[in-house]
Amino acid sequence: MSDLRERIRAFVIENFLFGNDDGLSDESSFLEEGIIDSTGILELVSFLEEEFGITVEDEELIPENLDSINNVVSYLAKKLGS
Amino acid sequence: MLVHHFLENSASRLPDKTALICGEERLTYKRINTLADSLATGLMGLGLNRQDRVVIFLDNSIESVISVFGILKAGAIFIVLNPAMKPKKLNYILRDSGARVLISHRNKARIIRESLTDLPNLEHIVWVDKVPVVEKSASSRISHYLWYEVLAQEKPFNLSPFSFSLTSRSRCIDIDLATIIYTSGSTGDPKGVMSAHYNVVAAATSITQYLENIEDDIIMNCLPLSFDYGLYQVLMAFLFGGTVVLEKSFVYPVKILQRIGEERVTGLPIVPTMAAILLQMDKLSRFELSSLRYISNTAAALPVAHIERLQELFPNVRIYSMYGLTECKRVSYLPPEELSRRPESVGIAMPNCEVFVVNEKGEEVGPGEVGELVVRGSNVMQGYWNAPEETARTFRPGRYRGETLLYTGDLFKKDEEGFLYFVARKDDLIKTKGERVSPKEIENAISEIEGVAEVAVIGVPDDVLGQAIKAFVVPRDGIGLDEDRIKRYCTENLEPFMVPKYIEFNKYLPKSPSGKIDKKRLKKEGTLGQER
Repeated sequence: MSDLRERIRAFVIENFLFGNDDGLSDESSFLEEGIIDSTGILELVSFLEEEFGITVEDEELIPENLDSINNVVSYLAKKLGS
Repeated sequence: MLVHHFLENSASRLPDKTALICGEERLTYKRINTLADSLATGLMGLGLNRQDRVVIFLDNSIESVISVFGILKAGAIFIVLNPAMKPKKLNYILRDSGARVLISHRNKARIIRESLTDLPNLEHIVWVDKVPVVEKSASSRISHYLWYEVLAQEKPFNLSPFSFSLTSRSRCIDIDLATIIYTSGSTGDPKGVMSAHYNVVAAATSITQYLENIEDDIIMNCLPLSFDYGLYQVLMAFLFGGTVVLEKSFVYPVKILQRIGEERVTGLPIVPTMAAILLQMDKLSRFELSSLRYISNTAAALPVAHIERLQELFPNVRIYSMYGLTECKRVSYLPPEELSRRPESVGIAMPNCEVFVVNEKGEEVGPGEVGELVVRGSNVMQGYWNAPEETARTFRPGRYRGETLLYTGDLFKKDEEGFLYFVARKDDLIKTKGERVSPKEIENAISEIEGVAEVAVIGVPDDVLGQAIKAFVVPRDGIGLDEDRIKRYCTENLEPFMVPKYIEFNKYLPKSPSGKIDKKRLKKEGTLGQER
């Protein structure tokens, strides 16, 4: 789990914050904090698909699954577990 | 008619109709009108005068809509800013506009804290929050209030009962300003486009006429209210007595599509990036979208292939290709029945608006010839706030006494039947994700990075973004610069849509004989003198 979390965190920091993790908590809403926009979310999805070998279905593109590091971690855990 | 009469008229005609749906909340016209009255009373209690400026720095929300109308009812001018704005630009606009009041939310506290230097006019910050925000520092001369405190203020304490009344008398007439909309300028600093009440009324009336809006229309708006296209969705719906479903953004398209089904949405305004995202989704047909009556697109042209696929996916939906700019809100629309015949056209002038394509001498040119598009009508705004020279360049006297024509800076041609085709910008402004972006603003930011000797920013074609931003950077001798460092700095100092997608390091940039960076060559050749 902690490994998942670190990999996601590293991706977000590298791709959306370009190395500056100042103020990014595991609960920070990507949307409200302006971290990810409508094209950013597609980059996040391709990363999850390639890195973890999952398929993100269209109907899974919702904030409950993707809008914070915590949400992504629990979504991934569910996908990988199933 | 004044802009807040849109709300007041609908509130008296359709008091119990749902006007606004935002997340779980649903507000009737009457409720919004009452809340906007309370805000106006509270703002006047804080000493707000006619035509004072109030900045709204909020995500799309119930409060952002109430603020728009409350500020207008107080006779003041509202300015909605992009919720993703960074401190430097926020500071610039607060100072440039001379705003006396800022309405914001706790989730913006950090940005606001960093933007409050040297703002002699700013007196009050109203926080949309239930608990005090820790900003109340004793040293600052800015006073802080909570939203509900301002709304709960029954009577303005420093005004006599005769000096104000919201219902019996309006504080404004229609040549007063309703809003200032900040947009990118070629100099790099944002310019505030001044809209008088009558401009907004004219534009909203014309647009709702050609969209054939009716009271039963339910509009899905996921565009920020800082963008005139997003703002007018609310204004226009309130004009025709419809309903707006307000979403914060299009980041989660599935949620938007579900909401369209749940709320039986009839109108969907989009920009090309949203179309590109929708078309990338493979199972669009699974969503219940049968309520949709029309989709409108503006900000940049939709690629023809996207128009065709959209029409295939939504055979019964009327698709409107439109063109406009903040300086006059909207210029033209293509009647949907023309879409298959001339998919590349942005159509004809909207009702009560006239356009010309002119050459360098200002003479109208014939069909097929390229010239600058000039706009005439009540929708032509009042010019740029605090910028008389820029105003004089763009808003020029017309043929008839007293009239003002808008020189759009966009090159167009007309076909034999008078339909308009966008050709190019005269200047090098970039259109990305539906936003107008000044290369200068990005160049200024990148130049601040230590080790940057020279920088040039251009737009390059991109299927999803319309144009993607590309920066050519020349590092100082012996200084190692990496892409992340530049993107990070841009992310910290610019709104997300301005962060370059591509960075290219070069040893030199092509120059014109006068020593200016030759952007035409950069655009044509793409890369040159690359270091790696």
